[in-house]
Amino acid sequence: MEQSSKKITGAEILIRCLHEENVEFVFGYPGGAVLHIYDAIFHQDKFKHILVRHEQAALHAADAYSRSTGKVGVALVTSGPGATNAVTGIATAYMDSIPMVIISGQVPTYAIGEDAFQECDTVGITRPCVKHNFLVKDVKDIAATMKKAFYVAASGRPGPVLVDIPKDITAHLCKFEYPESVNLRSYNPVTKGHLGQIKKALKLLVEAKRPMVYSGGGVVLGDASAHLIKLVQSLGIPITSTLMGLGGFPASDQKFLGMLGMHGTYEANMAMQECDVLLAVGARFDDRVIGNTAHFLSNPRTIIHIDIDPSSISKRVKIDVPIVGDVKSVLADMNELIATEKPAQNSDALAAWFKKIETWRGKKCLNFAQSTEFIKPQYVIQKLHEITKGEAFVTSDVGQHQMWAAQYYNFDKPRRWINSGGLGTMGVGLPYAMGVQLAHPNAQVACVTGEGSIQMNIQELSTCAQYHLPIKVIMLNNRYLGMVRQWQEFFYENRYSESYMDSLPDFVKLAEAYGHVGMQITKPEDVEGALKEAFAMKSRFVFMDFITDQKENVFPMIQNGKGLSEMILAEDL
Amino acid sequence: MANHSARHIISLLMENESGALSRVAGLFSARGYNIESLTVAATEDPTLSRMTIVTSGSEAVIEQIIKQLNKLVDVVKVLDLNDGKFIERELMLVKVKATSAFRDEMKRMCDIFRGRIIDVADGSFTIELTGSGNKLDAFIESLDKAAILETVRTGASGIGRGDRILKI
Repeated sequence: MEQSSKKITGAEILIRCLHEENVEFVFGYPGGAVLHIYDAIFHQDKFKHILVRHEQAALHAADAYSRSTGKVGVALVTSGPGATNAVTGIATAYMDSIPMVIISGQVPTYAIGEDAFQECDTVGITRPCVKHNFLVKDVKDIAATMKKAFYVAASGRPGPVLVDIPKDITAHLCKFEYPESVNLRSYNPVTKGHLGQIKKALKLLVEAKRPMVYSGGGVVLGDASAHLIKLVQSLGIPITSTLMGLGGFPASDQKFLGMLGMHGTYEANMAMQECDVLLAVGARFDDRVIGNTAHFLSNPRTIIHIDIDPSSISKRVKIDVPIVGDVKSVLADMNELIATEKPAQNSDALAAWFKKIETWRGKKCLNFAQSTEFIKPQYVIQKLHEITKGEAFVTSDVGQHQMWAAQYYNFDKPRRWINSGGLGTMGVGLPYAMGVQLAHPNAQVACVTGEGSIQMNIQELSTCAQYHLPIKVIMLNNRYLGMVRQWQEFFYENRYSESYMDSLPDFVKLAEAYGHVGMQITKPEDVEGALKEAFAMKSRFVFMDFITDQKENVFPMIQNGKGLSEMILAEDL
Repeated sequence: MANHSARHIISLLMENESGALSRVAGLFSARGYNIESLTVAATEDPTLSRMTIVTSGSEAVIEQIIKQLNKLVDVVKVLDLNDGKFIERELMLVKVKATSAFRDEMKRMCDIFRGRIIDVADGSFTIELTGSGNKLDAFIESLDKAAILETVRTGASGIGRGDRILKI
């Protein structure tokens, strides 16, 4: 415990709290209400402050730092517009349960409520999209509040916590004393799962004829990947993953059926529909995953659901065996039970089940028609995987390119696939890559994006230059808001309302203007060479503008309102 | 899951902090849950507030409401009173016309419903009435609409019977 009888300012206390929490990076942008805090930052060098070009990017970068490391991401913004600019980033992190602490400046306590310059009700505005938030009204409360903020953000189902600090509080003097522990009578997240329920679940799984594991983001966030692999391997049962769970189980394993859901593989969706016992781990049965709920439920199956958040259980689908607990702890208990009890499985039924799965897999639903004329976006991702040996951290924006990256990169490790799953925030890709590259300075970081998404946070090219971040931007440029165009093609008789991107900048020149390397690739035969060339420039930020096939769509596809087994495949068209 | 919508009274204890009420109110509006009434005040322990929420929904919706309320960091304890035996009471103040011709009639109605006249003015009485929501509704219905000048209701408060106690 840090103790000193010397009185220091609230701003200095805040900085000391961040030191106590071993914060490595603070992503932020200064302004009037946080000037005292920035002055205190000037006087320290324990953490590095990363100056972004827009507060939204500070939030996304801190979010990606957290996603790729498992540590709490920290962002600092000023009052009013600083805080409102941060809201998209906070909501993005909230939807994907990312632990973050956001510090926002506020107008001085005596001015609150008087419509002061750059005043907004930050606690009120962010309330629906944070796990919790605080307004600090006394300098004496800063340390305890920060301790609580980090604890709440990282424990239980993680999430962003905002601490709003009025300017005068950061100037007031107080002794610094950082609490050693937090005790909140109103907040006691469950960790251990109920052993009786775990036994019941295991019995169902071993007796099942057509068992299936459906793994989600909770496995990645809960660092439960090794335990999940052990469980799946010892039971020898098939597994699928949500968009957020990719990498939680190695994609290269035969038991992995690929991603499920709206753009999931044929085999994953069919198996999900036809299994008789389903084990959901850290996933939440959302609308993009199970399609039409009534259709999903029309096939009877017994569902086991492990989740740390009781409200995720039986929210959209009634669960037969709920297990509330930390996924890692529950999976460890299951593995231990298997090791001691060595339960006998229904091996004939399991063999028949895999045989059926192989016929579905035989559809080769991710095959696409290669072209010598146009660059196929899927091909770019396949080559990216090959050249980076599947070892890169891949961030993405939101749209068709995101789905292709998810389908074709084949993630083998957790925390390598960084994207906005819940909120679906366009513009996250580049700031996500910044957060990842700072956390992993020697890693290969690829930002897979589109010409629509990248322009939503294009100003961050400047931040990347300032901190010499050797990110590789893989832009799949089809001159359309591709996913919007795809829906308009299918559901609006090709009326491409406002989905064509006109007046695009010369991205090569734009990258060069910031001091980066720009490349434009127009021919399929140049894709591989260009990627090799880009990744060979280990210390440079390279912006790769791939001019891709304008008409390419993402398949398989489940239309809105349709069920999991009602996919449209590329071959159907 | 049963789709039948039923009225539930949910009691909860929460930290008596500014913003706690709006977290609960915000949860209900954000997730589209009904609120029939909501009452809140500090308990004998001034650090705790007790809230009574009257809502309605299917079994699944009520289950979600309870879980979502429990998830709020400021909420200490949640109890669905409908899970057992409970008593509910609501307070209503009604100002009614009580001109000479009606004064006796008003007094009688008030007595029948076991209300109390707490303010007497030249042309009006103010009646205090406590009971279940249904009883208060019945009183209003039994009055001549033209005689009602003003009403104010607190919304229901509830408490479990016997040893059903919500305390930390």
